[in-house]
Amino acid sequence: MKIHIKNGRLIDPKNNIDAHLDLFITAGKIIAIGKMPTDFVANQTVDASNLIVCPGLIDLSVRLREPGDEYKASLVSELQAAVAGGVTSLACQPDTDPVLDEPGLVEMLKHRAKQLHLAHVYPLGALTRQLEGKILSEMGELQEAGCVGFSQANTAITDTQVLWRAMEYAATFGHTLFLHAEEPFLARDGVAHDGEVASRLGLKGIPSAAEVLALASMLRIAQETGAKVHISRLSTAEGVAMIRTAKQQGLNISCDVSANHLHLTEHDIAYFDANCHLKPPLRTQRDKEALSAGLKDGTIDAICSDHTPVHDDAKLAPFAEAELGATGLELLLPLTLKWAVDQHVELVQALAHVTKYSAQILGINSGDLSLNSDADICIFDANEYWKVGASSLKSQGKNSPFTGLELAGKVKTTLVHGQIVFQG
Amino acid sequence: MNVANNHLPDAEQLLVELANKIEPLLQPNTALVGIQSGGAWLMQRLQVLLADNISRYAVENGTLDVSFYRDDFAQRGLKSETRPSQIPFDVNDKHIILIDDVFYTGRTTRAAMNELFDYGRPASITLVALINRGGRELPIAPQIVGLDLPLDADKNLQLLQNSDSSLYLALQPSISTDSLTTIRTDLHE
Amino acid sequence: MNNPQLDQDGRLRHLLSVEGLPKKILNQILDTAESFVGVAEREVKKVPLLRGKTVCNLFFENSTRTRTTFEIAAKRLSADVISLNVNSSSQSKGETILDTVDNLIAMHADMFVVRHSQSGAAHFIAKHVPPHIHVINAGDGRHSHPTQGLLDVFTIRKYKPDLHNLRVAIVGDILHSRVARSEIHALTTLGVPEVRVIAPKTLLPAQVEKMGVHVYHDMKAGLKDVDVVMMLRLQNERMSGAMLPSSQEYFKTYGLTQDKLRLAKPDAIVLHPGPMNRGVEIDSSVADGVQSVILPQVTYGIAVRMAVMAMLAGSQVAGAKS
Repeated sequence: MKIHIKNGRLIDPKNNIDAHLDLFITAGKIIAIGKMPTDFVANQTVDASNLIVCPGLIDLSVRLREPGDEYKASLVSELQAAVAGGVTSLACQPDTDPVLDEPGLVEMLKHRAKQLHLAHVYPLGALTRQLEGKILSEMGELQEAGCVGFSQANTAITDTQVLWRAMEYAATFGHTLFLHAEEPFLARDGVAHDGEVASRLGLKGIPSAAEVLALASMLRIAQETGAKVHISRLSTAEGVAMIRTAKQQGLNISCDVSANHLHLTEHDIAYFDANCHLKPPLRTQRDKEALSAGLKDGTIDAICSDHTPVHDDAKLAPFAEAELGATGLELLLPLTLKWAVDQHVELVQALAHVTKYSAQILGINSGDLSLNSDADICIFDANEYWKVGASSLKSQGKNSPFTGLELAGKVKTTLVHGQIVFQG
Repeated sequence: MNVANNHLPDAEQLLVELANKIEPLLQPNTALVGIQSGGAWLMQRLQVLLADNISRYAVENGTLDVSFYRDDFAQRGLKSETRPSQIPFDVNDKHIILIDDVFYTGRTTRAAMNELFDYGRPASITLVALINRGGRELPIAPQIVGLDLPLDADKNLQLLQNSDSSLYLALQPSISTDSLTTIRTDLHE
Repeated sequence: MNNPQLDQDGRLRHLLSVEGLPKKILNQILDTAESFVGVAEREVKKVPLLRGKTVCNLFFENSTRTRTTFEIAAKRLSADVISLNVNSSSQSKGETILDTVDNLIAMHADMFVVRHSQSGAAHFIAKHVPPHIHVINAGDGRHSHPTQGLLDVFTIRKYKPDLHNLRVAIVGDILHSRVARSEIHALTTLGVPEVRVIAPKTLLPAQVEKMGVHVYHDMKAGLKDVDVVMMLRLQNERMSGAMLPSSQEYFKTYGLTQDKLRLAKPDAIVLHPGPMNRGVEIDSSVADGVQSVILPQVTYGIAVRMAVMAMLAGSQVAGAKS
């Protein structure tokens, strides 16, 4: 299949390109950029006039809900949502039912995903069996089955010695750990940031210290064990400062921030909006600004969606009882674009946080439009607004704090391995 | 009938005539009850004009705010200012002289009677109105009237109080039955 | 964002929290309550305002005393009252809050008085009821107990009419107290110049000063020259939550005794939302003493709740049933 993508504005962060260049695809790979090869006859032409052509987005934190939670979402619906959002590769969390701690489960998931010919799925395996934080999972076997890293999802390892050994073991083999920093006892039963808003609303708070203390442990253990650690979904200003220092000290650390936390604060909870019940909680304006600054100066590497679809009924409860999480795959691009506009960041730099750097963190050869790379491509209109709501979202999860808002950034065409998998 | 403000009767003059009409009713076991706010003002003035007989017969007095008994609560809600009703005497077996400023549909009187009966069982109720403007919608009528003054439905007659406490009658802008806020032009006491 | 408690004409549609209500509405509630105090002292303690209306006490969290006062208030307005103690019935069978509410609306309930253990529950229900239904929050988690806050201020106003000249101290577990939050908002909105909270650090919410209060950890310093002392109930769970070592130690440091009360102004009054833990937060001699206005609080509580229901029932919404 020969595809010619013409007239588009090509933005490729890895190769530092932001120019009007055509793309030529043959047999699933990019075979030319700019000038049409002499013997190239396109089977299909995509007119990308006034559109941006960039690498397919890579999302570091997604819940596909399969296996086990199919009433919340299914592989089909969520992978369709992914490509509708221009996401062509994603890392999925192991907190499924059953937990992804068996190679067989991972293989089955990868197999099912592959059959759908939508986005690439890179599972994160459970770091400990059943995510219980007691016994290490078979990281080697899981990696062979297709895991690109290991995570505890939202369940902290309370036994520090287990955490140490998990990191040591992973370091032995070069596995990457994807860890969310939250000290479980300080965060116990908390549902919102422990500050002015939670106090007024009478919601149990999770103090910033919960992230800071857990992060301090993780960084120290990483330093001592030499483990490669990716900190998922940072939320505090102090956390950003600690990562900055850690990187300066040469630790093998990376980190990401959820797109929600770049735009929202505790005040968005307003009158107990359950769509703002998230983990980590939405924190203060000051934290939000520090996260932005951290992204800009390279302390934070990537933006993820933290896609967590829930059943509609699950949000129909008082705040603390509402299931936490927000749908995000289809919002990753528009929220990244909005951040770029609000923060006066060049698109080529902003998009790096959802392509180039995310690929590096996952250790996959993707997220760029280099010659001979897989044609995973997102074509979008940066100026077209669309309204976030149940009818516009393909994901089964309609739960979003942005419901009812109009966001700019509409995906027009998504290609995975040179095949058009979404046309909007 | 087209009545302009300067053709309205003098309230102060009417008040004196009213006092004369009420005097024979002052007996033992009698009480004056004024309906807020116009009736209450009238009662205050009558207490001065009839002071002798009031003290001779130990006539009691009280005020009623009928807000909680109005039949138009569902349409109009509560007034933004309600005053507590004050009935500091035992209503049972009393002859009540109920005083209102302008008698119109009769609904205020019905509300006042309902409220009075929640305090006890009076021996009798005599309704006194400074002005009877006609247009009653219920089988209720004042037994003692200062002046009969028929008015069209679009006229809004109010008893008002000057800063020196003297009383006067005026036609106020009409209140449509749909409006939710009562136009309050009477002064606070 | 639209205040969910007010309709588009600025009239009270729900009472969910004191916070967010303008001073004018708070005063209207208090002034209307004055009239209802008189009703309770009559032979016939009823007025016909809510005749034909059905008030439903929807208590997901148990409380006999609050439920009873709301029942009395509704009946004195001539309403029909249903009291549903949801613990024991459908909720435990898995019925959702909204299903319970919908069922009651189908049975023609007009007004809901809701108590729930989760903060935000009343707001949640109010968001989902049709326009002609009114919701009164009788306590949601630690967030708000607006009628309690209002009746406390009403009581204070009865004994100390000039609110603009008062020092008020609230003592106890502010962190977990919906009563404290409502009291703080009522006092500050109505212009009380100095509101103090007195508690150990473990029982204070983060950044509590942002609510407009002065923080004291030393009760003796905090009570000095105050006009009003508002005591809060200490719940037993605080010991197991490692917030306090024991109720004995609590009584020593934060319990209200005659000695400590003497530090306040000589004519200071003492309030308590009830039920009291004698010997834990308050000494019996103070609770039963001359400065205590705890029993009048209960009486005034009925008048305030009648006022709230009357105001809500009288507010109009387009297309409302009359």
